[in-house]
Amino acid sequence: MGHDSIVLLGVNHKKTPLEIREKLALTGGYEEPLKRLQELEGLKEYYLLSTCNRVEVLFVCHDPEQMRREVLDLLFAGKVSREEVAGCIYVYENEEAVRHLFMVSSSLDSMIVGESQILGQLKEAFRHAAEQKTAGMVLNKLLHKSFSVAKRVRTETQIGANAVSISYAAVELGRKIFGDLRGKRVMLVGAGEMAELAAEHLVSQGIQEVVVANRTLERAMKLAARFQGRAVGLDEVVEQLLDVDILISSTGAEGLVLFKKDIAPLMPRRRNRPLFFIDIAVPRDLDPEINTLENVYLYDIDDLNNVVEMNREQRDKEAIKARRIVEEETLKFQRWLNGMEVTPTIVDLRAIAESICQAELAKTLPRLNGISAKERKCIERMASSIVGKMLHHPMQYLKADHGCVGQSERIVQVRTLFQLNEHCGHGEQADD
Amino acid sequence: MSYLLFQVSFVAYLAAAIIYTVFFFSQKIQVRNVARIVFVVAASLHTLNIIFRYIEAGHTPITSIHETISFFAWSIACCHLSFRWRYTVKNSGTFTSIIVLLLMLVSSLASREILPLPPEMRSWLLPVHASISIIADAFLALAAIGGIMYLLQERELKQKRFGFFFSRLPSLDTLDKLNQHCISIGFPLMTLGMFAGYIWAGQIWGGRPWHWNPKVVCAMITWLFYAGLMHQRFTLGWRGRRAAWITVIAFCAVLLTFWFVLSGGVTSGA
Repeated sequence: MGHDSIVLLGVNHKKTPLEIREKLALTGGYEEPLKRLQELEGLKEYYLLSTCNRVEVLFVCHDPEQMRREVLDLLFAGKVSREEVAGCIYVYENEEAVRHLFMVSSSLDSMIVGESQILGQLKEAFRHAAEQKTAGMVLNKLLHKSFSVAKRVRTETQIGANAVSISYAAVELGRKIFGDLRGKRVMLVGAGEMAELAAEHLVSQGIQEVVVANRTLERAMKLAARFQGRAVGLDEVVEQLLDVDILISSTGAEGLVLFKKDIAPLMPRRRNRPLFFIDIAVPRDLDPEINTLENVYLYDIDDLNNVVEMNREQRDKEAIKARRIVEEETLKFQRWLNGMEVTPTIVDLRAIAESICQAELAKTLPRLNGISAKERKCIERMASSIVGKMLHHPMQYLKADHGCVGQSERIVQVRTLFQLNEHCGHGEQADD
Repeated sequence: MSYLLFQVSFVAYLAAAIIYTVFFFSQKIQVRNVARIVFVVAASLHTLNIIFRYIEAGHTPITSIHETISFFAWSIACCHLSFRWRYTVKNSGTFTSIIVLLLMLVSSLASREILPLPPEMRSWLLPVHASISIIADAFLALAAIGGIMYLLQERELKQKRFGFFFSRLPSLDTLDKLNQHCISIGFPLMTLGMFAGYIWAGQIWGGRPWHWNPKVVCAMITWLFYAGLMHQRFTLGWRGRRAAWITVIAFCAVLLTFWFVLSGGVTSGA
């Protein structure tokens, strides 16, 4: 069987414009494309990942060149022309593929470096592959490794701790103002997608209640239901501000919606409890003068972007640390993979047999007094031929083509039976 | 013995302040833990110093300039530690340890002789009045430290330029709560201390407790500042920047009173 290759091909936000990514995205879920890939004989193991920023296929096969073409044709035929796909796709093999997967899982390849969503998406994708039994020994090990690499990066570096996106920035600022967000109330004015995302982040921090105000009450009610909050009309916003602590505004209005003169009389009635306004609408909804009021903090989209920027330098430093971890883990995986081939397994097997043989001879020979050199040779030969005969069938089992048990599985069996992994494990540690 | 203890605790405070400052820049948790331990050790040594001084002098050691300032530093350190018990205020250790160190420095420069008490000072009201007032001042000092931290943090949030302090200072809410707690403890203590002083003055000056001397007037003004702040906070919900500013200004008045007390000679009549 010789060498199998791990191949990863895909498109991501870095090289491919959104229009193409939209077309390539697997919008219908994983089941159907995974089934279709089953038709390809040459694929030994495979899995698929599709998020809003990337589509990736990872597979193990014997003939990477041919399989690459077949997989691309099968997945993307009819969506985008071959030339277009060829222009934006990246292909990694073996070590590079492993490294890339680790980079993705630890969020180093994400649009927003350090965000944690990707790991969940990866696990979800792997779950589908595992359910359909398309991931075998190598991919199982590889994917699980990628989860643990992501975890290691997250615990050993600060990469995830910083404010990395607008909604994270909003949460970060909210924490600096209120300390604890638990028990606070947030109001969404306008039910845009961005506002929804920010609210989601705030709710995950323990926000007590979400109030949604929108031009159309129906949409407001729908969104409110999502957060188990309540919906109010746009004309009630000012009155609601007596109870609310954070306001996220994202209406499509042309002009300003809230002015300083609306807010100023509220503050004594609020007993000066702080108010945090987030204006993510373009053009702006909130009068910038509001920020001059005491205990009132107003941030528009540019200000939030600055918060995100501010963390970039620190994040870059952490990214270097994270890359080193990825590099280490890639090497470790490569070492494991190498051990999983037939030839090294046979070599390991022979080596362990030889060492047992030598050890026993060293114990026995000194006890036999007065034997000639010839007799000594005979005993040595006998010992090594016993070992050789004992190993004959395991070796045959490894090498031969077996109908029902796959080769990789046989390798695992033999390695477990003779405890070769532990044996090599010691060597590996010594290398580290 | 008390002299030696003072020197050792001074050095320990110095070490704590340095380690806290290193932590402020590096933000490494291990460094902070070391700083905390050193600070606790310093405060314990300082406690021993005050006990020994009491034994050597035979009266509560709050009579000379050296003793008073040293006692003030000790009170701030203890207040800080007592607050740590209840809830954490991120990085306040750096500010507190530096203030304590500065006070210790001033205290070490003053004469350390143990002065015999003049007869009119030998009243049980002296230690009561002095210690309560100084402990009250310590709480007010912590409130002022919190106030300064609040103003720094608020500035960054309002101007939206996030510099050095933004990530290092706690949230505005935490600082405002610190301010409120400290004042609601410090103010009643201060009132109590002044009342004790009033009775004591009555004993000394034979039924005429009120004198128009700068110390008394200044103390009165200080008291009014805090009383006003407390009143506004409870009735109108004054908080945040305004409260922080008043706390800082009022603490300047506290320091001025303190200066009048010391320059008038602690033992030279109320």
